[in-house]
Amino acid sequence: MTQTAPPSPAPNAPAPTARRAGRSRFGGILRLRELPVAFALIVLVVVTYAANPLFLSPQGTKDLLLNSTIMIILAVGQAIVIITRNVDLSVGSILGLVAFGTGSLFATFPGIPIPVVFLIGLAFGMLLGAINGLLVTIAKVPALVITLGTLYIYRGLSNAWAGGTQYFADDRPEAFGNLSVDTFLGFPVITLLALAVVVIVAVVMAGTRGGRDLYAIGSDPDAAKLFGIPVGRRVFTAFAVNGLLAGLAGVLYASRFNSVGATTGNGLELDVVAAAVVGGVAIFGGSGSVVGAALGAVLLTTITSALAAMRVDKFWQQAIVGVLILAAIIIDRVASLRTARRLRISEARDV
Amino acid sequence: MSETNTKESTATSVLSADTTKTLRDEPRGRTGWSRILLGRDAIMIYALIATIVVAMISVPRFASPVTTGFLLLDVIPVLLIAMPMTLIIITGEIDLSVASIAGLTSASIGVLWQAGFDIGLVLVLGVVIGLVAGAFNGFLVAVIGLPSLAVTIGTLALFRGLALVVIGDNAVANFPPELTGFFTSKLGATGIPTVMIGVVIIVLAFGVVLHFTPFGRGLYALGYSPEAARFVGIHVARSKFWLYVASGGVSALAGIFWTLRYSSARSDNASGLELAVIAAVLLGGVSIFGGKGSIPGVVAGVLLIGTINYALRLGRVSDVVLIIVTGTLLIASVITPSIADAIRRRRHDQRLRRSLPQA
Repeated sequence: MTQTAPPSPAPNAPAPTARRAGRSRFGGILRLRELPVAFALIVLVVVTYAANPLFLSPQGTKDLLLNSTIMIILAVGQAIVIITRNVDLSVGSILGLVAFGTGSLFATFPGIPIPVVFLIGLAFGMLLGAINGLLVTIAKVPALVITLGTLYIYRGLSNAWAGGTQYFADDRPEAFGNLSVDTFLGFPVITLLALAVVVIVAVVMAGTRGGRDLYAIGSDPDAAKLFGIPVGRRVFTAFAVNGLLAGLAGVLYASRFNSVGATTGNGLELDVVAAAVVGGVAIFGGSGSVVGAALGAVLLTTITSALAAMRVDKFWQQAIVGVLILAAIIIDRVASLRTARRLRISEARDV
Repeated sequence: MSETNTKESTATSVLSADTTKTLRDEPRGRTGWSRILLGRDAIMIYALIATIVVAMISVPRFASPVTTGFLLLDVIPVLLIAMPMTLIIITGEIDLSVASIAGLTSASIGVLWQAGFDIGLVLVLGVVIGLVAGAFNGFLVAVIGLPSLAVTIGTLALFRGLALVVIGDNAVANFPPELTGFFTSKLGATGIPTVMIGVVIIVLAFGVVLHFTPFGRGLYALGYSPEAARFVGIHVARSKFWLYVASGGVSALAGIFWTLRYSSARSDNASGLELAVIAAVLLGGVSIFGGKGSIPGVVAGVLLIGTINYALRLGRVSDVVLIIVTGTLLIASVITPSIADAIRRRRHDQRLRRSLPQA
């Protein structure tokens, strides 16, 4: 319901902080949207560690990071799209198509250089995302409907393409699989890649004209248009970038997991949206950050491992994820109500 | 129409002499028979009939009572849940948790039956669980006022998770054979499943509520503009709340049907069905923005997807590839009106330019 409230300033927007000059910097930090999810993540890790010290053993940490890598990349891409008040439900299917494509590239052209595979995967993902973007911007139909359609179409294509075929770890070069085994300074290589993605996208969203435009579009598309922002082009770019990131996730998926086939990435879309929402990205656009979305992704994947480490019945996991999503939405609501009240009070004072 | 009217009035205020001519040139909304025979619903029904005829001619073994039976049994869950979903989308909200509610009901009745309760009581409790789950959604959306898309993504995970908690990875299959037999039985030689009687009653009930009661007409007003609806005296929160309760109840019925048809209660029953339902509802002409749509259109949409899938399956098209058809139909059905709209606007502008003196 952020649409009815006055657009709450994005957490890392420099302008509002400067305007509220009298306010302490500390208060600003306390209101950061990433804070509740970061706090929850820390509590979760600490409690689990106390219950089972093996949870943070080198191997345990590595598994945690590896498991969340793909989700982080997908959540960052999804956050970009959601901030513009759109949504992309087709990411699971894009990931599946690209992952299977990667597998078949290695199978058909043995000895193909790994960077080329990455480039092809990224381009393929971007193409699929661009199709979404074109349909959404040209037809002016809600993204929910369009991407629900492409979710089915892409999934059907990958079913038709893959059939019963599956590619296993033996089909790909050793070096490619090692990407998700080798570590650098204790971090798996592909996790570092994901972190680089988060940093780059976060800087672009916070500091560039195009990134700020996305927030403006999400807060009020009509006002953004009046203001002279090329709404169609920006939204199209958001979808294309999301597709590109889903493509990257697809290639990494092929590296990380033992087999890729027709069902790879099935049903992932709602988990990704959930990660972004848990990370404080408002579903109606205009607020939230990719860092929050990445934290949300880490939180959701860590819960799975934490429950296993605490020997909680694994069947509880999904219910807890559901409760977390609802909690995130309620926190979001409370925060936007408080922002609205604060704005009202400060405006009244100015008069 | 309202958009063109306002354009019209600004145009005529500039050029007051030409009023009648410009107004006459404007395309008007259809009325009477032409509205019924050429409307969006009618087109869907023609498309459905055409598909059935083509399938009967070109697909061997399609034209038989067996087809009717299996086709209807396949579409019943989607058809049932599509009813409350139509009403909810018309009010501008959405419910993504329906399939999870069906799964939760399925798991619960399995466990309750295993625990030795009377089957009648088990079924009643199943519906009650659905109603409670729906009321929970309704409370969060209508009373607290949270965005329904986000809330029902959350409850989608929550209810499916509870289904897992209830039944784990077990399956309960030993339901009374009379009952499971009843759910797959046919009405005489027609091939129509007996449960269709109940389904038709539910469909009719939702159709009457939406199209012929003040409550139903109020839902359209609600979808166009919640503020305006409140001013004309529609209970916005209360209407939405009861829609979600209805959605929970009907989803529970679909869950019961699913369980007894396949004679298997599992936590992952009906998973992913929510997207199929929404696809069918939107194909049936309901606008995702709210305020537009009808029950006959949605029924035709559900049956159209069901028929195409069934016919292609008989024609040896692989099951998993069929979802391309659903996706393409969905996109085509939402893009066509907006392209038609663009053309109409262009024509309007041209006409306006012609009738206005060149300054």
